[in-house]
Amino acid sequence: MPAPTLEPGAPIDGDKSASFWQDAWHRLWQNKLALFGLIVVTTLSLLCFLAPVLCAHVLGFSYEEQNLALGPVSPNRTHWLGTDPLGRDLLARLLYGGRISLMLGMCATAVSLVIGVTYGAVSGFVGGKTDMVLMRMVDILYALPFTIFVVLLTVFFGQNIILLFVAIGAVQWLTMARIVRGQVMAIKQQEFIEAARALGLRRRRILFRHILPNLLGPIIVYATLTVPEVMLLEAFLSFLGLGVQAPHSSWGVLIKEGAEVMEEYPWLLTYPAAAMALTLFSLNFLGDGLRDALDVHGSKD
Amino acid sequence: MTAHRPSLAGILLCWGLLLLCGCGHRQTLVEIANRAGQYRVGNAGEPSDLDPHIAIGQLEHDIMLSLFEGLVYADAKDCSPRPGVAESWDISPDGLIYTFHLRHNARWSNGEALTARDFYESYRRILTPSVAAQYSYMLYAVTNAEAFNLGKITNFDEVGFKVFDDHTLQLKLHSPTPYLLAMMVHDSWYPVPIATIKKYGAIDDRSNPWTRPENFVGNGPFVLKEWRMNSHVLVVKSPTYWDAEHVKLNSIYFDPEESLDTEERMFRSGQLHTIRRPNQSKVPFYRKYKPQLICIYPELTTWFFKINVTRPPLNDKRVRQALAMTLDRHGITETVRLGVDIPAFCLTPPGTAGYSSTARLHEDPAEARRLLAEAGYPDGKNFPPVTLLYSTSQGNKAISEAAQEMWRKNLHIQVTLHNDEWKVYLDAMRNTNYDIGYAGWGADYADPSTFLDLFQTESGNNETGWANAEYDRFCRTAASTGDQGARFAAFQKAEALLMDEMPIIPIYVFTNPRLIQPCVKGWYPNLLDDPEYRSIYLVPETN
Amino acid sequence: MFRFVARRFVETIPVLLVIATVTFFMMHLAPGGPFDLEKQPSKEIKARMEAHYGLDKPLWQQYLLQMKHLLVGDLGPSSKYPSRSVNEIIADAFPVSLELGCEAMAVALFLGLLAGMVAALKQNTFLDHAPMSLAMLGLCVPTFVMGPLLISAFALHLNWCNAAGWYFARDRVLPALTLGAYYAAYIARLARGGLLEILRQDFIRTAKAKGAGQVRILFRHALRGGMLPVVSFLGPAIAGLLTGSFVVETIFGIPGLGRYFVTAAFNRDYCMIMGSVLFYAAFVIGMNLVVDIVLVWLNPKLRFD
Repeated sequence: MPAPTLEPGAPIDGDKSASFWQDAWHRLWQNKLALFGLIVVTTLSLLCFLAPVLCAHVLGFSYEEQNLALGPVSPNRTHWLGTDPLGRDLLARLLYGGRISLMLGMCATAVSLVIGVTYGAVSGFVGGKTDMVLMRMVDILYALPFTIFVVLLTVFFGQNIILLFVAIGAVQWLTMARIVRGQVMAIKQQEFIEAARALGLRRRRILFRHILPNLLGPIIVYATLTVPEVMLLEAFLSFLGLGVQAPHSSWGVLIKEGAEVMEEYPWLLTYPAAAMALTLFSLNFLGDGLRDALDVHGSKD
Repeated sequence: MTAHRPSLAGILLCWGLLLLCGCGHRQTLVEIANRAGQYRVGNAGEPSDLDPHIAIGQLEHDIMLSLFEGLVYADAKDCSPRPGVAESWDISPDGLIYTFHLRHNARWSNGEALTARDFYESYRRILTPSVAAQYSYMLYAVTNAEAFNLGKITNFDEVGFKVFDDHTLQLKLHSPTPYLLAMMVHDSWYPVPIATIKKYGAIDDRSNPWTRPENFVGNGPFVLKEWRMNSHVLVVKSPTYWDAEHVKLNSIYFDPEESLDTEERMFRSGQLHTIRRPNQSKVPFYRKYKPQLICIYPELTTWFFKINVTRPPLNDKRVRQALAMTLDRHGITETVRLGVDIPAFCLTPPGTAGYSSTARLHEDPAEARRLLAEAGYPDGKNFPPVTLLYSTSQGNKAISEAAQEMWRKNLHIQVTLHNDEWKVYLDAMRNTNYDIGYAGWGADYADPSTFLDLFQTESGNNETGWANAEYDRFCRTAASTGDQGARFAAFQKAEALLMDEMPIIPIYVFTNPRLIQPCVKGWYPNLLDDPEYRSIYLVPETN
Repeated sequence: MFRFVARRFVETIPVLLVIATVTFFMMHLAPGGPFDLEKQPSKEIKARMEAHYGLDKPLWQQYLLQMKHLLVGDLGPSSKYPSRSVNEIIADAFPVSLELGCEAMAVALFLGLLAGMVAALKQNTFLDHAPMSLAMLGLCVPTFVMGPLLISAFALHLNWCNAAGWYFARDRVLPALTLGAYYAAYIARLARGGLLEILRQDFIRTAKAKGAGQVRILFRHALRGGMLPVVSFLGPAIAGLLTGSFVVETIFGIPGLGRYFVTAAFNRDYCMIMGSVLFYAAFVIGMNLVVDIVLVWLNPKLRFD
């Protein structure tokens, strides 16, 4: 029997060639926790996105419909998760609140992403004096007490939900910028960049075509990990009375209101807190899984 | 170099011991305080200052009640004026001249005698324009007091105060004011130690440190001993007080915790004898399971919606009436306020100094819809967007949401809610930059004028843009006569006009659900919520 | 190193100046002033009060005056508490926050490092997943939920300590736990990550081959490098402890500085806002400096650049 010939480039023994992304996905798939996280987040997001439909057809209640005569009741057949002191159905409020919380999380993260990546990439890529100045500015902003900054912002610009997104996002971009800058500086040293430069490619092209794609890994990971931080920040703002306005509510508002009546009506705290915790858990596990899968070294600056 | 191992065992031991120390019955702070004669009060906030001319909020008031005493003080049960530093007084037949006879044994806490001249100088200080005292208007009943305060005259001798001798003080009023004595229990009429103030700085310097514990001088049943910001204020019994032998408490400890939740937890864990009120949601729990710990009593405070009558569609009286008639006040007080407050159908709380308004608005959703249609918005169609403004607080939010929903359900109009942080809210209200605003007003003294005067054209606290000459006339009539019957008649007319024009929509009269331990005796609920510290005493529980 | 520290000091001054300027204009642009009160004073009286605090002068003049005061370290009087100066308030409240912060940090380091070390040593076993899941809980439960729960259990039902207040040593336990939980969780994850990376390295394998026990490897060889991410995190963490303490101080009735930060903004107490912002900024910059020095000591490969 003739021996199998070895040809250059031919796969050996049934090994299929895999790209970096396919490898990563494979690793992620094997990480049970991360998978669990992914499924939970997707399910919750879907449920919350479909909130209006669900509330109208399945539940029959809207989030603002009050029933003063009923008052707060514990979970039962009509109100699956109970009602709040104004007689509003908790499940409906939870779904709508999730919509706002998740949207807030993603939008604020998106804002911080855009600002942070641009800033960090430019700073890392250009280097030298510019880098020093830009990073010093990041240090300054790190030193500003976030609370006062956001309180003043929301107070000055009014209680507009869009501005809330921007305000929170505008503070979160700092970490992203630092990480991106670190990554860019590391990548910049590599040989393939030198080669590209030797080939005479313009700087902008190098930045966008060669460096940024390699940044995707850390960006995805930190984006996934920023969303929970944003949601907790929103809860903190709700504690102060800033943040989302009545009759809308976010999970942060529901949790705050629940914490106040936790001894009389425990379901008002348990369910929103569980929903928030579950989402944060899932996002964190997902982020961890992505970090392992994409082999991102997060602990270095 | 060997790595230093943290002494885990040591740290664990410390923490374990600390926690273990708690096992077994722990003496609560209240039990300890009962034996020491210390009354521990939750003050619901840190006092900004203890100078009666500068600090004027509820928080400061509760503490200053123990530190100062005016010519009269409010009785614990019915708030009627009782002889304080003044042991008696004469009123002239035309009601314009009040002569007060001061006690001979009245003293400051540093031992010096308290004389009529001290009162004279104190009144001069509060009316001095550069002091910018916010409650100086409480003295405006006295001739020329307002003119002096606004800088129109500069010679204080022209103001209607006269000192005849060390123990006789005379007040001259520009019109008969039957409620003058009721007004004089207020902080603005307290004497302040002018000599002490001058020792530490200028008389009109707001940052004068004379109220620090080491500098403080007062004339009340208690004197300031300790004041640590955000930690506590401690006052101890004053040996120089003229009635010291009847004061039973040894000291009062005020805790300035702001958060209602935290205060209520402190009360439950035996750290405080009393707190003003817990979070609304806890009230039914206490009423049902621990009724001996809660005392619910009305206060002279009404909550209402102020309406900006300059903005359409709210400039149409019918729209305002429609909004007022659709609210289910019993629903609100039963559910949102948890059965504690009293629905209000007029501005003044019933029974204010014996006056109860006969004009009342009535609730009638069908009539409201008819009025709205008449105004041009049948079934809420084409109703312009209207915003309801309230300041950040859990209670405010719930009421605003309830009202919004009632208007939506009954009138089919959509009112947007807008919540502003306190200062922004005040700014908006002051500049009449709102559509509907949720506001309240607490009486400064026990008389209907403190409420009704609010909505005169010139009143700085009007904020609704409503100006009605006839209403102003009624208020002026009431202010110019000493005949209580005539005054009340004028008030009735004013209130009827108010309830017809509806620049405000009354919602409820505030009741105070105070939590108080049964071991506290000598405390009685009253309309001004002024405790009489000299009569309170503690009985250690026997269990 | 001395040059490094000196250069940092010099760099700090323009930073603080920028912060002061930005804060100043933000404060004054926000609607509402310190003397907008519920019972509206008459215009004349309000005008006089504002004049007392110099608020009637044109904005640029106020700015220059403010800068002049700041240069000599005079943070001004508080408009909310007229007889107190901001310097005094901060001097009074900061030691409390500092104590709370240190105790919370101690809790965080102790619990976090313990959990992280155990998890790293026993990777992918139950002893890895359990502490990490607990850590996740610490990250996902807000302090204003954890605090009341702890109080309800330990103070109200078991009566082991006071529900609020800062009187006895015992009162420190619950607040430190509540505040430290979030940071313990973060530190646990960072420590585990950092240690795992170190433990993968060749020199660890050498040590194992030479017969060193697990604990010895951990403490003698791995810890110093594995602590790097934890120490990097400490700088902003300490800063965060000060503001995050607002919630804890409110729930537990602690007379610390955290509360003043936020209430000053609500009260439009301009001097207090400026004072707390600058104090906080200076403190954070100082802590970052300390952290940078410790980082260099831990990792000889870094240098003072």
